[in-house]
Amino acid sequence: MYNPFSLEGKKVLVTGASSGIGKSIAIECSKLGAHLTIVGRNQERLNETFISLDGDKNNHNQLLLELTDYERLEFSIKELPVFDGVVNCAGIGTTNLFQFLTREKMQHVFDVNFFSPVELTRLLIKKKKIAKNGSVVFLSSIDGPINSHIGNSSYSATKAALAAMAKGMAVELAPKNIRVNYLMPGQTETPLIHNEFITEDQLALDMEKYPMKRYGRPEEIAYAAIYFLSDVSTFTTGAGLVIDGGFTLI
Amino acid sequence: MKTLNEFIELFAEQFDETDASEITPNTVFHDLDEYSSLIALSIIAMVDEEFDVTLKGDDMRSAVTVEDLYNIVINKA
Ligand SMILES: NC(=O)c1ccc[n+]([C@@H]2O[C@H](COP(=O)([O-])OP(=O)(O)OC[C@H]3O[C@@H](n4cnc5c(N)ncnc54)[C@H](OP(=O)(O)O)[C@@H]3O)[C@@H](O)[C@H]2O)c1
Repeated sequence: MYNPFSLEGKKVLVTGASSGIGKSIAIECSKLGAHLTIVGRNQERLNETFISLDGDKNNHNQLLLELTDYERLEFSIKELPVFDGVVNCAGIGTTNLFQFLTREKMQHVFDVNFFSPVELTRLLIKKKKIAKNGSVVFLSSIDGPINSHIGNSSYSATKAALAAMAKGMAVELAPKNIRVNYLMPGQTETPLIHNEFITEDQLALDMEKYPMKRYGRPEEIAYAAIYFLSDVSTFTTGAGLVIDGGFTLI
Repeated sequence: MKTLNEFIELFAEQFDETDASEITPNTVFHDLDEYSSLIALSIIAMVDEEFDVTLKGDDMRSAVTVEDLYNIVINKA
C-alpha cells in the first residue's frame, strides 16, 4: 500500500518514552514499522510502553537512563545502533515565579530540558550514530518561541533555546543530510500539565481559551513527529511546527 | 520553625496594594481584593523558599483563613 509516511525498518530513538507524548510517539512509530529504542527512567512505565509497541519485540529495545547523568549517557551510547530518527521528548514542566527563580532552579530545568537533549544529540552525531538522511526532532513548545505564561519564564527559556539550537544544528548538519526540526505543542493531555500548582478548575478555565475548546491529544503530537521522521519531509530542516488548536492565533 | 506572626509577615509581603495591617490570623484571604491566582503562586513559592514545604493548589483552596494556611504548612513541615 502506498504510504509516504511509512517508517518501515527505520531505527528510531525516543526519549521520554515512559509517559505522555514520548510514549505516544514510540507507539505510533512502531505501528508504521519503525524499530524503536525507547528511553525513560521509570522502569514500570517504560515497560508498559514497550509492551504496547507494535511489531516483533525483537526489533525493539528499552533503556533506563537518567539523561542528566552525562557519564552514563556517553557510556550507554556506545551500545546503541545507528539511528535513522531521534526524538528528544524527555522534559519537565516547572512553575517558578520570576522573583523566586533562583539560579539553582533555573539550572535544573535547563539541565533536563535543554542540556540533556542537546548533549545526547551531540554525542550521537559525534559517535556517528545518526545515519545519513537521518532526522532529529526536539520537543520545544509554543511557550518560549511564541508566548509564555505566568510562572513559566524558565521553562519558556529552555524551549526557546532548544528551537534556536535546532536551527543552528540544521545548518551545520545539512551537508550530512541530517535534518533537525522541532515541535511546538500547546497544552497536551499528559501527566506534565497536571501538577501541584494548578487545580483542575484552573485547567478547565484555561481550556476555554483554546479556539477548539480542548487540549491536544498525545497522538496529535506524535503524528507531527512522524511527519519529521518520515521521508515526506526530506526537504524540511530547521523548521518548527505549531500544534495548538489555534491557541496562539488569538 | 517560623511562628504564625512571622508567617503573616511573609504572607503580607506577597501583596502590593493590600496593607499589611489587613492580614491577621483570621483574615479570609480569598476575599481580599488583590488576591489572585498570581498571588497564590507567590505564596506557594514563598512557602517553598521559607519553609521548604510544597503547597498544592488544593491546599490554597481549602484554607479559609491565614491561620488555616499556616497550620497546613506546619503540618507538612
Ligand atoms: N504536555 C504538554 O502540554 C506539552 C506542551 C509542549 C511541550 N511539551 C514537551 O513535550 C515533552 C514531553 O512532555 P509530556 O507532556 O509527554 O511529559 P510527561 O508525560 O511528564 O513525560 C515526561 C517524560 O520525560 C522523561 N524525563 C523527565 N526527566 C528526565 C530525565 N532527567 N532523564 C530521563 N528522562 C526524563 C520522563 O521519564 P520518567 O517518567 O520515566 O521519569 C517521561 O518519560 C517535554 O519536553 C515537554 O516539555 C509538552
